[in-house]
Amino acid sequence: MSVPLFLLLAVFTVASALVIVIHRNPIYSALGLVSTLFLLALLFIGLEAHMVAVLQIIVYAGAIVVLFLFVIMLLNLQVEEREMVSRPLIGAAVVGGLGLGVLVLVGIALTPLAPPVPVQPGYGGTLTLAERLFTTYLLPFELTSLLLLVAIVGAVVVGKRKA
Amino acid sequence: MGVTPISWYLALSGMLFAIGTIGVLTRRNLIVIFMAIELLLNAVNLSFVALARSLGSMDGQVIVFFVMAVAAAEAAVGLAIMLQLYRLRETLNADEVTTLRW
Amino acid sequence: MVTVTATDALRWIVLFPALGFLWNLFLGRRFPGSAKLVGPGVLLAAFIAAVLAVLQLHALPAQSALRDVVFPWIDVGTLRANVAFWLDPLSAVMVLVVTGVGFLIHVYSIGYMHDDPDVARFFTYLNLFVTAMLVLVLADNLLLLFMGWEGVGLCSYLLVGFWWTKEENATAGKKAMLANRVGDACFLVGLFLLIQYAQTLDFAGLERQADVLRVATIGGWSVPLVVCLLLLLGATGKSAQIPLYVWLPDAMAGPTPVSALIHAATMVTAGVYLTCRLHVLYALAPEALTAIAVVGAVTAFYAATIAVAQMDIKKVLAYSTISQLGYMFLGVGVGLPGAAVFHLVTHAFFKGLLFLCAGSVMHALSGEQDMRRMGGLWRRIPITSATMAVGTLAIAGVPPFSGFFSKDEIIWGAFAGPHPHPVLGVVGYAAAALTAFYMGRLMCLTFFGTSRVDAHAEHHLHESPPVMTIPLVVLAVLAAVGGVLPVPHVVEQVTGHVRMDEATLAAKAVAIADTLGGLGLAWVFYVLRPELPGNVATALGGFYRLVRDKYRIDELYDRVIYRPVLAMADAAAWVIDRGFIDGIVNGVGAFVVSTSGAWRRIQTGNVQHYALSFLVGALVLVTYYLVG
Repeated sequence: MSVPLFLLLAVFTVASALVIVIHRNPIYSALGLVSTLFLLALLFIGLEAHMVAVLQIIVYAGAIVVLFLFVIMLLNLQVEEREMVSRPLIGAAVVGGLGLGVLVLVGIALTPLAPPVPVQPGYGGTLTLAERLFTTYLLPFELTSLLLLVAIVGAVVVGKRKA
Repeated sequence: MGVTPISWYLALSGMLFAIGTIGVLTRRNLIVIFMAIELLLNAVNLSFVALARSLGSMDGQVIVFFVMAVAAAEAAVGLAIMLQLYRLRETLNADEVTTLRW
Repeated sequence: MVTVTATDALRWIVLFPALGFLWNLFLGRRFPGSAKLVGPGVLLAAFIAAVLAVLQLHALPAQSALRDVVFPWIDVGTLRANVAFWLDPLSAVMVLVVTGVGFLIHVYSIGYMHDDPDVARFFTYLNLFVTAMLVLVLADNLLLLFMGWEGVGLCSYLLVGFWWTKEENATAGKKAMLANRVGDACFLVGLFLLIQYAQTLDFAGLERQADVLRVATIGGWSVPLVVCLLLLLGATGKSAQIPLYVWLPDAMAGPTPVSALIHAATMVTAGVYLTCRLHVLYALAPEALTAIAVVGAVTAFYAATIAVAQMDIKKVLAYSTISQLGYMFLGVGVGLPGAAVFHLVTHAFFKGLLFLCAGSVMHALSGEQDMRRMGGLWRRIPITSATMAVGTLAIAGVPPFSGFFSKDEIIWGAFAGPHPHPVLGVVGYAAAALTAFYMGRLMCLTFFGTSRVDAHAEHHLHESPPVMTIPLVVLAVLAAVGGVLPVPHVVEQVTGHVRMDEATLAAKAVAIADTLGGLGLAWVFYVLRPELPGNVATALGGFYRLVRDKYRIDELYDRVIYRPVLAMADAAAWVIDRGFIDGIVNGVGAFVVSTSGAWRRIQTGNVQHYALSFLVGALVLVTYYLVG
């Protein structure tokens, strides 16, 4: 992906992320989350991970965030006063977060990456992904299906109103 | 105007992760905290995809696949828990659900 | 050297009383009345078994012994101690006395304890006692002997405190046990030294190791000497000599047959038996023999003086026992174990008799023990009176009764024996005079003079039933003619023959004058001029009171020993245990609680605080990996 396009997407992504974290209204936070997810999907496409990008939109933005919105609406959450936590904790959090960011950047700077390997056509496509998924990663795949089953049952059981 | 180096993607991932961390630590509303956690997961997804491209391997993308599946499961159960919590406590303020304390 | 013949016969002597003990213990109450038959019955069986065994021994040539190994017990390194019984002339004498006199006293007890609801328990303890005593005298090694030693101590405790619902009886039992324990501790240390230096504890083995022991030393002291002194201390506990005699007078709180059996005829003689049995050891340490002689003579005189001032009939006999035991120790100490055992045998006869008679008197007077409320009983209870008179003459040493032969043999031995100590001989004569006096006093106060019996007892006055008087008569006969028994000769087959000159006429005259003088003086004081004792007592004032209060030794021990020990125990319990140790334990607990109380505040319950600590940890790790 070309540099200017990347920079554009990156700026907007960061902005959306900040909206999630800063805005007081949870609905707006959810919208920020949707936007972040979309932008990330575009970035995925730029990295030639087409299948994953589509999955991101369908599953993440299309299902998970909808779930969030359902819950927010169901509970009729109000905008709260004093949304943030106590001052010292904010300070510690910001410092810690920024420190983490700095460290990561330092780490990245210190480890030079080789130029990206040229890839065959079909890279990032459904066929190649499936081929990987059903051979080397078959066991995790099966276990994931089990996990999803457990999650479904669990969500129903936990969320039930007491009879 | 060249191709963006992969390390820029990693830097972006790092920044998103830092923002997500700050979000987890500073917000009161449990739902918003959860959303910040999703942000963390996505930052890591970006990192995986970028490095998969850099190495020319599909394995990173497979991992992203699995991360998404798990995140979905986690969101389902987690939100169910929060639903019950709200029914019980009438609140979703992180400071008010501290009964597992000393 | 002794030729040993193996046999199976000896175990029965011990088994019969043991079986009686078990019967009485488990079935005594289910079959009421059985105890009164089983108790004495097994003693008779044991006596017959003993006689048969002795006859078997007699048929063997001289210097023989019978050994019955019941089962191997301890076999560790060089130390081997079996449960095995040993019959040689010395233990033969002891066995016959224990079973024979024991049987008579058991029969007497049928009558004496007739109305007691705990009769089964009584015979249970008595049978257990006889079992332990027989183990003691028949053991072929010191370890098994010690088992018997402890066993009789236990039974003494149980029997002295038989009527334990009365606190002073329980206390007396406790005192007996504790005083014995002190002696037992010394005994044990002596045993340990023997194991260390002789590597063996059986008597035959000790004889073989004599040469090794002769030269062994510990800390500059000769080992045989140390061991003998320790065993002497142990013996003073069991045989009630100075300094551990204090329990015996208190032990009179037990039923009178107990006093007769345990505290006159058998248990208290264990110390004498032990010393004779270990004659080999004492031969290696002549100084120990001197110590024994001194202890014996001093105790004999000391106890006799106390007996003179006692009012309780049983207490007089108790101090008399202590005194006569002193004579036995004196006998051993001057090198005449044969004479000592002879006196042991005659003492068993006449002291056992005297105690049983005292019991008979108490029975006749509905339990009265104070001689100030007796008197004039001579014609009222004739059998008791006559037998008691025989016993008195025997103990006083009037010829031809048995006591004369045994006691004067010992006193003469102090002058002419293998280890003479003429001074102690004089002490012996003085004690003999006192013996005659206080026994005469006892007879006069109890049987003669005007009756001071109170009305209620007077009303119920009656002679004891035959089951009690027949043993009295048998013992009286034995006490009268027992002097002919060749006990010294028999014993010396084991301990070595002693050549001693025949007592001079002068010595015999002094002895007889001694005795008759004492008796006569008692007659004067208590029958002819009954006001004299009171006058003398007032004249002597404080000294009289001191003697009557047994020189206040108990009070001395109380102040010097008991109170400091109790104070230490208090300190240990309250200060050390409660304060210090519990303090440490509780302190540790309190420390943990307080620190954890501080630490637990980390658990705020707030998820974000936990997430923050994750972050901090992650930062540290990342930094570490970046830098390192």
